Amino acid sequence: MGIALALLGAASAALFAGIGSAIGVGRAGQAAAGLVTEDPSQFSRALILQLLPGTQGIYGLLIAFIALSNIGLLGGNVDTSMSVGTGLMYLFACLPMAFVGLVSAMQQSKASVASIGLVAKRPDQFGKSMIFPAMVETYAILALLISILAINGIPR
Amino acid sequence: MTDNQYYYAVARIRSRELGLLNQAFIDQLLGAKSIEEAMRLLQDKGWHMPDSYTTESDRIEKMLASEKQKTWDLIAELVDDMSVFDVLLIENDYHNLKAAVKKSLTSVKHSEIFSSGGTIDPKVMEEAVTTRDFSPLPDEMEPVAEKALDTLLHTHDGQLTDIIIDKAALKAIGEAAKRSGSPVLELYARLKIAAADIKIAVRAVKTGKDKKFIKEALAPCDTLNTEKLAEAAGEGMDSIYDYLSLTDYSDAVPELKKSPSAFERWCDNLIIRNIRSEISHPYTIGPLAAYIIARENEISTVRIVLSGLINDLPEESVRERAREMYV
Repeated sequence: MGIALALLGAASAALFAGIGSAIGVGRAGQAAAGLVTEDPSQFSRALILQLLPGTQGIYGLLIAFIALSNIGLLGGNVDTSMSVGTGLMYLFACLPMAFVGLVSAMQQSKASVASIGLVAKRPDQFGKSMIFPAMVETYAILALLISILAINGIPR
Repeated sequence: MTDNQYYYAVARIRSRELGLLNQAFIDQLLGAKSIEEAMRLLQDKGWHMPDSYTTESDRIEKMLASEKQKTWDLIAELVDDMSVFDVLLIENDYHNLKAAVKKSLTSVKHSEIFSSGGTIDPKVMEEAVTTRDFSPLPDEMEPVAEKALDTLLHTHDGQLTDIIIDKAALKAIGEAAKRSGSPVLELYARLKIAAADIKIAVRAVKTGKDKKFIKEALAPCDTLNTEKLAEAAGEGMDSIYDYLSLTDYSDAVPELKKSPSAFERWCDNLIIRNIRSEISHPYTIGPLAAYIIARENEISTVRIVLSGLINDLPEESVRERAREMYV
């Protein structure tokens, strides 16, 4: 039961953060395509803004890797007798990345879409336009940090 | 399509907004010394210049029609269900209904009396009125067409027919706006109906119409009490000013005192000022609706400026009529 809970935590981090990023990158991609339709020279700028909500999926993957590695699933020496308490610890340690990843990716995509609109109007303001969605990234990084610290703090 | 699905469309509109005419350009256009200079300025802005035309007015009308078409072609490319923009097109349908009803009783043969850009083909409208088979028309238009035709047949009163159709048009605009679910289009309809009601009340005073007639002519309006407006119109212009000064449209009073064209300008500017916030909305249908309204607004301003140049009107008089721009 403990190992199942730990696995659920690792899966949640990859799953929810990945879903958030997929929605976010898709959303920003639509706006980027709109901008490039009108002005193909803005492709690289639009692409960078589109990719910003994609980082949460990578963070989720990283947390899942660390969790799977710590519970031994990657090395082949899985601890099937893991206690429910330890399993729950892994589950809760992964939750910050899972939920903050999901929500921040979706919110960041809205900021990216707005920034793509900004670049459409003022291509010279690209630098500033990146800052707005990047601010949302802060919270994904904080969640990533907490999840890493929490997983590494679980006694093995 | 929900609001969240307009990411692509709004990004394209954001780029297109760069091509909208701004106040500085309108000032430059107003300063043009000849129609050729004005046309050259517009051509530099990417406006279509017709290859063949008969008169200067024909050239202008063809250019404006082409610009209007460009806007609607772009929107048709971006939106699957165009019915959301019916609120902006219904006016043309009812104008065409008016034309069809009057044409059926006169020997007018010109097709130019019909306006393009409605939701119903003018030929269908004409056929429906001629054959008195109104079934091809939308449900809400059927009884209006029948009533207007019967009224014109029995009374030969064109003004009464106009009132029946205009009132129905305003009602249809309000309903289409509510159906669209877009706050911008609802706002547009609200301002359009209020402005039309004020115009009706003012015209009624000037032509000496009685209270019953005014009440019949005013369309239901969310931001004006039509009962009170009709009462005020029955008493005279001062009562209209007194009533309006207590409403959201108190700023209209000094414009009404100036001239009808000053009031028309104020109405159009009010709409533009109210939709301007859409410039910063990143993913709703609002920016699309605002873009169409902005384009219609700049087309009508260009028409005013070019007509002024053709008719040798003083720059100041044209400037007074020129509308505020969206960007």
